[in-house]
Amino acid sequence: MNRKTKILVTALFVSASAWSLAATGDGAWLRKVPAADRARQNPLPHDESTPKAGQLLYMQHCASCHGNDAGGRGKRPSLRTGRVREATDGELQWLLKNGSLRNGMPSWSSLPEVQRWQLVRYLHSLSVSSAPE
Amino acid sequence: MSLHRKILLFIALGFISGAVRGQEMPYFVAYSHHMEEPGSLEVETRTATGRPRGDNRFFGNSTEWEYGTTAWWTSELYVDYTSTLGDATALGGFRFENRVRPLMSEHWINPVLYAEFEDINGADKSVLEVVGHDAAADFAVPVAEARADRMLEAELKLILSSDVAGWNLSENAIFEKNLSNSPWEFGYALAGSRPLRLQASDLRCVFCAQNFTAGAEMYGGLGDRYTPGLHNTSQYAGPVAGWQIPNGPRFSFEAGSGLNDYSLAHLFRLGVAYEFGQLPGLKGGR
Repeated sequence: MNRKTKILVTALFVSASAWSLAATGDGAWLRKVPAADRARQNPLPHDESTPKAGQLLYMQHCASCHGNDAGGRGKRPSLRTGRVREATDGELQWLLKNGSLRNGMPSWSSLPEVQRWQLVRYLHSLSVSSAPE
Repeated sequence: MSLHRKILLFIALGFISGAVRGQEMPYFVAYSHHMEEPGSLEVETRTATGRPRGDNRFFGNSTEWEYGTTAWWTSELYVDYTSTLGDATALGGFRFENRVRPLMSEHWINPVLYAEFEDINGADKSVLEVVGHDAAADFAVPVAEARADRMLEAELKLILSSDVAGWNLSENAIFEKNLSNSPWEFGYALAGSRPLRLQASDLRCVFCAQNFTAGAEMYGGLGDRYTPGLHNTSQYAGPVAGWQIPNGPRFSFEAGSGLNDYSLAHLFRLGVAYEFGQLPGLKGGR
């Protein structure tokens, strides 16, 4: 591989990372949620253990990006926002399953659906912070 | 340093370096459509061990660095080592791969395009794929002789994968070309796995059933451009198991068995992985 090729490959790699990291969580994903998914209800009971389990899952899978308190990290968006609070169970379930790949949010379809419902319950238990969204 | 100490050292280094959290399945050859999280780096070491008939046991190690370039693009660098008891330890070579998800949302079956460049030699026994007419006899070639056979190869894969009712089902078609004047070789990998428990516990636990995954994997060669098919190809199948320690390393294990005389009788694999979430300096936004 000559020097020019190396520089080109490196530039491509860095710009792809930067593009991913620069995109903002603007909530555009909400417009993509099909009506049937939007209307889905969380089948898990409103008890103490469901959000608690969701919090443990959050700490394991989400906290490295969104912060331990879900308040965001760097340019990674806060989840303590009105948008998350007001999103339906089905909308959050859809986002966790599909991600928003162009904006850097990975798909979490590898998690069983019931674990994503546990996460949804936890996200809806978060209080909204006063910081701007 | 004796050969046994070298082997122990490089297996220990593998454990220390760790391998896997989160999105990965406990497969050794098959890939699913789950990508590395953007900005995260996963370090994984996989060791394959087998014993060709009438020859010494080998340990083929592959250490990989997997980086989430974006949410739909993952890049990996591999370094392979090989040790054969009573023979020698040698560098098997390097591999650089990229995986891209062309579709931006989940479907009932999810394609991933895979391209890899390999600069390896004949001593590489990491068995990250089986293609063409790869045979058990290849593992019996003395290391000094095998490492002289340098191979520059390109490998393409079509990865198809689905998540259904807690199961992941993955099917891979493999196309490999030695960049010298050799024909295209073909192979496949099939795998399925499921967590032992789908619902997460509300207690912090290391040994909860949700942290364990069980399944099976099957892979083998499909001949080459001029002699396609199953004739004179190696075929393996066996159970796989994974253990993900929450916010810690992931362990995976496979007990593979050769399905014909062209294959090794047994091929055991151990993987250890650790993910470094959001590398310093890349904690930017999304």
